[in-house]
Amino acid sequence: MAQERLLMKGTEAIAEAAIRAGCNFFFGYPITPQNEIPEYMSRRMPQVGGLYLQAESEVSAINMLYGAGGSGVRVMTSSSSPGVALMSEGFSYIIGSELPVVVVNIMRGGPGLGDIAPSQGDYAQMTKGFGHGDKHAIVLAPSTVQEAVDMMALAFDLADEYRNPVVLIGDGLIGQMMEPVVFPATAPKQFDKSWAATGHKGKDRKIIHSLYLEPEELERHVLKLFRKFDAMEAKEQRHEMFMADDDPPIMICAYGTTARIAKTAMRELRKKGIKVGLFRPITAWPFPNVALEAIVDKTRSFLCIEMNMGQMIDDVRMVVRGRRPVSFYGRTGGVVPTVEEIVKKVIEHNATLGA
Amino acid sequence: MASEEIVMAGFGGQGLLAIGKILAKAAMEDGREVTWMPSYGPEMRGGTCNCIVIIDDEPIGSPVVQKVRSAIVMNKQSIDKFEPTVLPNGLIVVNTSLIDRKVQRADLKSVYVPATEIAEKEGTSKAANIVMLGAYVGVTKIVKPETVEHAIEATFAGKRGSVGEVNLRAFRKGFDIGQQSAS
Repeated sequence: MAQERLLMKGTEAIAEAAIRAGCNFFFGYPITPQNEIPEYMSRRMPQVGGLYLQAESEVSAINMLYGAGGSGVRVMTSSSSPGVALMSEGFSYIIGSELPVVVVNIMRGGPGLGDIAPSQGDYAQMTKGFGHGDKHAIVLAPSTVQEAVDMMALAFDLADEYRNPVVLIGDGLIGQMMEPVVFPATAPKQFDKSWAATGHKGKDRKIIHSLYLEPEELERHVLKLFRKFDAMEAKEQRHEMFMADDDPPIMICAYGTTARIAKTAMRELRKKGIKVGLFRPITAWPFPNVALEAIVDKTRSFLCIEMNMGQMIDDVRMVVRGRRPVSFYGRTGGVVPTVEEIVKKVIEHNATLGA
Repeated sequence: MASEEIVMAGFGGQGLLAIGKILAKAAMEDGREVTWMPSYGPEMRGGTCNCIVIIDDEPIGSPVVQKVRSAIVMNKQSIDKFEPTVLPNGLIVVNTSLIDRKVQRADLKSVYVPATEIAEKEGTSKAANIVMLGAYVGVTKIVKPETVEHAIEATFAGKRGSVGEVNLRAFRKGFDIGQQSAS
């Protein structure tokens, strides 16, 4: 039987998808533009026998995730850029202690208090700078509400599989827009949680910590973590190629909302006879460098489009390594690039390529 | 089927986001792809508000567009702001209960609807937004009127008394006006 299509806001769909993925614990602190997630959770969690708790700060919320994650339950928080920044220390502890939790960042304009408009200004924060020390975490970047729904179950599964936190990044547009969604009918996957601290009574003592005072011991621990990060890089790269079957000379690189604005622009460009394709990272970390490497030789020029001043472009450049020009178009401060701007930019870009 | 981009604009509280959701639900029930995108931000409180609904058979790219095929405008600020954004040969549905000027562009199809007066006759001036939606659907037939009626019933289910009935009547009145102006 076909699953029911429901019209839902991105934020509410993310919350419902998390609950259906078996997340029974939510800790957070309010911030626009993601407040519908905690609002929805505060209503739904009691209905499913779960717990919703508003912490006194983001620092507190992330440490509540640390504690709940240590007991082996599925737990999440959501916040927006400056709120997420406050969670950095706890996030690093969670990686060091090898706990599975999920963090949603509905990004807003920055730096500082910035504004509440859509932004991708946290790409670098989430893929490179979220927490201190030698560490990584998978970062998922949906571009539709349906993809965000599908990714919530994936996020919890990946977190459990690797015992490492997973991040989902959206922006104000994904959060505020409504689209039809279908929730997956599959039951949440089960994982071995014998490592969890669930009470000492008659059982082995489980100690969850990230403190290793002997340098050699910490090095061994970090190397162990990096075996997991290497496995993630090998197995978890995800991407989409759009209108790329005819080896277009220009490839746009964009993710999330920006990618779907680019898709509309590309349909217009194709009508004008300009061959342009899209490479869309679905995992911002691990960056899908294998798929990008495979098209470098076939492509004449890359154009990165982001809602920031150029952050993902560094990852693109590291793969392209100077073999092709990599240029940039972006809007920042919460300004969303328009279809018309992208069309104009690609036409200008195409003219510079010559025959 | 044709694709459609429509902006619905007016004062906060006139129910623009609500008719956008009803239209989006109806399009979904018709089996089409749809996005609903509200204006959001500090300007919403007490000021103007709008939403953009896009309906297509293909997966929808950008949920925000600068040019639209149709506009429903419910106050003066909105006609001033959105009349220039309608594509040539597009449609503009004007709430004459609050807008005292005509559409200035000759290349648009203009439909004038005294929405508040019609809604009052049906039972409540609050249903003016539904009258506007009805007129728009009557002209464009972009979604089936039955599916819009389902969406209205679902939206007002559980509300007190005859609110759902009043809104259905308001929709049909608007639909008739739209249909007449289309012929």
